[in-house]
Amino acid sequence: MTAEILLASLHLATPEIILAIGALALLMIGVFSGEKSGTTVTVLAILLLVISGGWMILSGADGLAFGGVFVSDAFARFLKVVALIGSVTAIIMTLGQSRSEHLNQFEFPVLLVLATLGILLMISANDLISAYLALELQSLALYVVAAINRDSLKSTEAGLKYFVLGALSSGMMLYGMSLVYGFTGHTGFAEIATALSGESRSLGLLFGLVFVLTGFAFKISAVPFHMWTPDVYEGAPTPVTAFFAAAPKIAAMAMLVRIVGTAFEPIKLDWQQVISFIAIASMVLGAFAAIGQRNIKRLMAYSSIGHMGYALVGLAAGTKTGVSGVLIYMTIYMVMTLGTFACIMAMRRKDGGVTENIDDLAGLSATNPFMAVVLTALMFSLAGIPPLAGFFGKYFVFVAAIEAKLYALAIIGVLASVVGCYYYLRVIKLMWFDEAKGEFARTAGVLRLVFGLSGLFVAGYVLIGGPLGAAAEAASASFF
Amino acid sequence: MTDWPILSTVTFLPLVGVLFLLLTRDDTPNGRRNVLNVSLFTTLFTFLVSLFIWIGFDNSNPGFQMVEKTTWLGTGIGYHVGVDGISMLFVILTTLLMPFCILASWVTIEKRLKQYMIAFLLLETLMIGVFVSLDIVLFYVFFEGGLIPMFLIIGVWGGKDRVYASYKFFLYTLLGSVLMMLAIMAMYWQAGTTDITELLKYQFPAGLQTWLWLAFFASFAVKMPMWPVHTWLPDAHVQAPTAGSVILAGILLKLGGYGMIRFSLAMFPLASDYFAPMVFALSVIAIIYTSLVALMQEDMKKLIAYSSVAHMGYVTMGIFAANTQGVQGALFQMISHGFVSGALFLCVGVVYDRLHTREIAAYGGLVNNMPKYAFAFMVFTMANVGLPGTSGFIGEFLTLIGVFRANTWVALFAATGVILSAAYALWLYRRIIFGALEKESLKALFDLSPREQALLYPLIVLTIFFGVYPAPIFDATAASVDLLVNNYTAALQAAHDVALSVK
Repeated sequence: MTAEILLASLHLATPEIILAIGALALLMIGVFSGEKSGTTVTVLAILLLVISGGWMILSGADGLAFGGVFVSDAFARFLKVVALIGSVTAIIMTLGQSRSEHLNQFEFPVLLVLATLGILLMISANDLISAYLALELQSLALYVVAAINRDSLKSTEAGLKYFVLGALSSGMMLYGMSLVYGFTGHTGFAEIATALSGESRSLGLLFGLVFVLTGFAFKISAVPFHMWTPDVYEGAPTPVTAFFAAAPKIAAMAMLVRIVGTAFEPIKLDWQQVISFIAIASMVLGAFAAIGQRNIKRLMAYSSIGHMGYALVGLAAGTKTGVSGVLIYMTIYMVMTLGTFACIMAMRRKDGGVTENIDDLAGLSATNPFMAVVLTALMFSLAGIPPLAGFFGKYFVFVAAIEAKLYALAIIGVLASVVGCYYYLRVIKLMWFDEAKGEFARTAGVLRLVFGLSGLFVAGYVLIGGPLGAAAEAASASFF
Repeated sequence: MTDWPILSTVTFLPLVGVLFLLLTRDDTPNGRRNVLNVSLFTTLFTFLVSLFIWIGFDNSNPGFQMVEKTTWLGTGIGYHVGVDGISMLFVILTTLLMPFCILASWVTIEKRLKQYMIAFLLLETLMIGVFVSLDIVLFYVFFEGGLIPMFLIIGVWGGKDRVYASYKFFLYTLLGSVLMMLAIMAMYWQAGTTDITELLKYQFPAGLQTWLWLAFFASFAVKMPMWPVHTWLPDAHVQAPTAGSVILAGILLKLGGYGMIRFSLAMFPLASDYFAPMVFALSVIAIIYTSLVALMQEDMKKLIAYSSVAHMGYVTMGIFAANTQGVQGALFQMISHGFVSGALFLCVGVVYDRLHTREIAAYGGLVNNMPKYAFAFMVFTMANVGLPGTSGFIGEFLTLIGVFRANTWVALFAATGVILSAAYALWLYRRIIFGALEKESLKALFDLSPREQALLYPLIVLTIFFGVYPAPIFDATAASVDLLVNNYTAALQAAHDVALSVK
């Protein structure tokens, strides 16, 4: 590798390098200035992420780096910007209530920056090895974050559960990757695709494919590998859950799209079946299992399982329209989720206690009309009712499914969305139709800002949807 | 005025009212008055502006007029609006009924007045949007979006079982509509556009038409509602506040009929022809069965709700008779039913506000102390029955003629519905208005207040006027309906010729 090539590679990966060096620097600042530096480090971490994102938007160079293991293209840039917005928002939200949840240790923002670094690398990974390393960087940081509230039994349990199951899934994925390598002789996505297009696929390779997809299903919490989600969502501190629900899912989905869209493109018919099944199972389970939930974080966990199913519908189509649908869907999903979690974090009783029971939302429209209107918009949007953003997300993935003639998938999907409406409606019913039992404490300003912006986004998507759709379309041009 | 985007103006004017409402407070008597005035002024102004649509409308042009078109979302979805003879009058009907809804809520809505008015104004925008959309995705967005405010209106300001009714309303209609969404996507991939003007010219293959027709029918039949998927309507009507019922019966039910004419009949002629016998059967069942059910009701609103289902039976029957009389009659019936049923619900609201019960048995002999009310109620009852000289007659008569040309047996059975409707409507009138004024609780009731007179008298004028002189409506609709029916027959003829030549 000559110096010029190395320099070019470093140039392409500058945002990631900024984050890596920055994370280490933040760690130093934290260690040397002691316990009280939590807020300072958090603010610096936000700044770091913003700088990295700004660089990405402004420089915008395309190409392969480090001998093809790292790729920067329109697809990666689109999702990286979205993921960075998600991370920054989630970190800002921790400012809203860090004191009560033991999140003011300086390690917390540092770990989130490292996780974000992993996320960016995952989105750009173009080789089995770099993909796995990026995934592990992200996961290891998040295992610790899930258990950050050391005094809480639930939080440590969530962390442990997440770690054990996550390690299992990583192991499966790694085994799958080794099979793929064994049967194709390559680790680079492009080389794998070339190797696969020539000859007929072998059974061993199919095993590899299934194991790899299993690993991804774990990471995006798709059925039948979703069991960890409700427990981890419930157990982890709410700001952490908000982080989990947003950027890591985007990264895992991006990696999945890239790996099936490039490396396994020649054997599309094989993975299409698997993805279709996972999509159907996730949508149906997400719709039915959430009906009985009273804890809003568990409800959101099942809701996210369902939403991953919808996003996978677009991928199952295996077309350019499908990928663009996935991109739009994930973007809208992330905004809705972050807004909803900001509302959940605002569910604090006047005596300082935190509540997660949806019944405590009763009568919110009388006690806190602003939050009630925003949460109502978010719920209708999650349910996919026009003219809110969630509808357009569903529209663009299903339009791809219809194009690919996956009629059964589309019909089951829309029917599941009607079932899913039921529990979103229940939250709305509690807020509007029922009498208030008590009031929540004053909401922190940052939380109001976050859910306000998110409400604005879902309601205003009809106005900004055009440019966003165009960007997603351009980003999806790298595939199929 | 030619370049002014009048349709968008009318569609989004209510949102301006919403912005003003956001600045008001409704917790003081003064604030309350502000909210009411802003809402009333907004709806009246919207109505006046919408009249310019009718004034500027060219009756001889069968195509779409006042078209506005810009790109909107990717994948071919554009913001494209326009009106033709089929949709134009529905826009006017919507803007006409809204001020009445605001007036009807003047004193009855005691809590959360501001949010109530915001919900209504949002609903107005969404309903007008449905009728002016010329892009099928835009249509769907408006069509489904209406569920949100209506769900809240029923659920927050409704009666005792409002939660059940609002859920049922929401989930029922959504279930029908999601299938339509898939059909819309299939049409997009087949025809390569979501533009309604293009889709109307496109000829879908016969096999595909069947599926698309069924998917659209699932949505529109629920919305109409047709037997046997009508069960959400009585619940929703009974629980909704008066103004909610007016909008539900006056406009929301018409979305289904409008959709059937615009999409089912115009875009899928072969499938419409194929399924017409089924629609006739369902319509006849709806007319006879729901009329009988209406006879047995103890609750005034429920009775009128069932009568609405029966009247919508005439509309579906007329549409799928697919001749000029049938479609014209269906359109006229929808417009007329829009203000007649709305007025009937307002009449129920008048006595409900005084006695807080809708039970028919609680009333009787109101003619003695409420003569003005008795008169108004009589006019609307007669219009509901379809008495010649009221607007109700013309629609029913024309749809029956249309169906008679298509299938005499259907016309025979449907005609019995006219008798049945006379039975339940007159019996309702007799039980509430006539008889001796014996019940103590009724003796103190006042006759119509000036506000209520302002509500009901204009509708009486409209009912009689269009009953005697229906020409303005027919003039507006004729050209577009002719074009539609001609295209329909031509498509059937072409398919017939192809079938012959293959043999």
